[in-house]
Amino acid sequence: MLEIKNLHVKLEEEEKEILKGVDLTVEAGKVHAIMGPNGSGKSTLSYVLSGRDGYEVTAGSAALEGEDLLDLEPEERAAAGLFLAFQYPVEIPGVGNMTFLRTAVNAQRKARGEEELSAADFLKIIRAKAKSLKIDADMLKRPVNVGFSGGEKKRNEILQMAMLEPKMCILDETDSGLDVDAMKLVSEGVNALRDEGRSFLVITHYQRLLDHIKPDVVHIMADGRIVKSGGPELALEVEHNGYADILAEVN
Amino acid sequence: MALPQAKLTATEERLAALTMPDAGCTRKAREAALARLREMGLPGRRDEYWKYTRPDTLISAEAPSAALFQTDEPTMFHEFDRLKIVFVDGVFSAEDSDDLTMEGVTIDRLEDICCKDIHWAKELYGVLEARGQTPVQRPLAALNTAYASDGVAIHVTGRPSRPISLIYRHASETSDAILHHVIRVEAGAEVTILENGPAASRFNKCMEIDIADGGTLHHIRAQGRDHQRRAATHMFTRMGTESVYKSFTLTVNGVLTRNEQVVELTGDNAVAHVAGACVGDGEFHHDDTVFVTHDAVNCESRQVFKKVLRNGATGVFQGKILVKEGAQKTDGYQISQSLLLDDDSQFLAKPELEIYADDVACSHGSTSGAIDETALFYLRSRGVPTKDATDMLTLAFLAEAVDEIEDEALAEVIVTRLQGWLARRS
Repeated sequence: MLEIKNLHVKLEEEEKEILKGVDLTVEAGKVHAIMGPNGSGKSTLSYVLSGRDGYEVTAGSAALEGEDLLDLEPEERAAAGLFLAFQYPVEIPGVGNMTFLRTAVNAQRKARGEEELSAADFLKIIRAKAKSLKIDADMLKRPVNVGFSGGEKKRNEILQMAMLEPKMCILDETDSGLDVDAMKLVSEGVNALRDEGRSFLVITHYQRLLDHIKPDVVHIMADGRIVKSGGPELALEVEHNGYADILAEVN
Repeated sequence: MALPQAKLTATEERLAALTMPDAGCTRKAREAALARLREMGLPGRRDEYWKYTRPDTLISAEAPSAALFQTDEPTMFHEFDRLKIVFVDGVFSAEDSDDLTMEGVTIDRLEDICCKDIHWAKELYGVLEARGQTPVQRPLAALNTAYASDGVAIHVTGRPSRPISLIYRHASETSDAILHHVIRVEAGAEVTILENGPAASRFNKCMEIDIADGGTLHHIRAQGRDHQRRAATHMFTRMGTESVYKSFTLTVNGVLTRNEQVVELTGDNAVAHVAGACVGDGEFHHDDTVFVTHDAVNCESRQVFKKVLRNGATGVFQGKILVKEGAQKTDGYQISQSLLLDDDSQFLAKPELEIYADDVACSHGSTSGAIDETALFYLRSRGVPTKDATDMLTLAFLAEAVDEIEDEALAEVIVTRLQGWLARRS
């Protein structure tokens, strides 16, 4: 599904290399987790994959189902099936949540040559999906993320993911700012989307989230590289011993 | 004090090109206005109030010519059931207008008010304009009172079932129109006034609005189409106790537009909202100059102005809230913001507060900025193409001003126009 090879990335504005040769392959239907200390490059990886400005790829490649991602505009990556659940979902005053979602869903369908959803069909689908995420009608009507609590913002991200039905979902610290109940709700939303044809890359600091969203593979990222990969037990190891042992071992 | 020679010359040159209509009962008011005008002279570049907007073409003896705009797009408000009053190049057209009778309102052409023995409009014509000359001079309004060649007097005594729609058609490339309307809303009465159309090559319009206790006036105006048109408009509004005045203006392109709003809250618990959304793409210039005076207790005023500018467009906002002594519990709000879509456009703002009461809540803010890149990326990451995402954010930026329109159907029409305008940009 997602194949990243020797990816080197620096900031556009300064000579600071952040990703120093990331290699990562996520197979279809699998859940991969990336853990790592602060500043290891986890969020940068998610931004570079989704096409945010401000980064320069100096070497390497990233492909989604064989298609080179790095040449595509952010909206083209989205239409190709990539989705990033933001660590800090953006507030957009003046744009209704529902309008935003309908525009996004139909823009993607149009880009893929599919028929756009009618207002009635869209409403039916979104109501059902919102309900399972405990998102009420008021939240759908309000401007995107404006005045939402931390938990509401993350639930709204998952709702977008559910509506857009991407192939490759990247969750960037979706657990940050969530209480236990909200984390459970969000995880259930993610688990409901698990599918043979859909892959996940879950970026997190804590093993806690991985109790709810069970990963197939866990990677440890440090200083711009993936330094160790393993099964779910690797996450437990981090939880118990921190990163020091692992980093000492690989250095 | 004698006027500077340049100003005197410019004023006399302009006046020489004008003829005061033989207007019977308004004659006195017109002559008084002319005297006021001669005392202050027409605006010049050195005048503080005209610092950001060049008045030259608004005061020249001849109106600069303006090409007519060709479009297949239906005219504004065409989908609404309304009472239409049409002016072509500043002249009332009975042929194009509806029958002016409607329950709850009496409408007379300005020249006909003198035929009636008792006419309220005789007592209003030029009065609010004269009041509005202090503390800031508005010479173009005095010129209007003196020389207006047409206009209507609207007396609202009830709640007319349809909006009154003033339509200004532009037919001649050299037309120079001066219109003056007077509106009196009686106690508890309520009316919606619509205005649209480019009017003339050069348009000077003045509207005096007197709202009695508990009266309500909604005003929605669209200025667009003919890109070469020039307009200077004044609205003078005096408000009684518990009266409501809500005005919204959409301005699209146009080489020069100066809209002045002078609002005086003279009765307690009155509410005045003055809002505007401007979009300019090219060498266009929009100036919103607003002066709100609080002279009563517990009144609320809002000024909400949003401008989207690109390709050399200039936006100007001069807004003032004056809270007089004793106008306690005043709630005044003023926001002016511009969205600059490129580096060639500019926004010039002069927000002012002057407060002589100690128990008031007044706030003002003014910002200029580009599209929010983070929001743009967020939308694009969800699959919305850049152009659509930019348009969405642009409309969202204008939303606070458009939200000032109470009638949802009218607000929808404005939004649709804005969407159309955005869709035509590449």
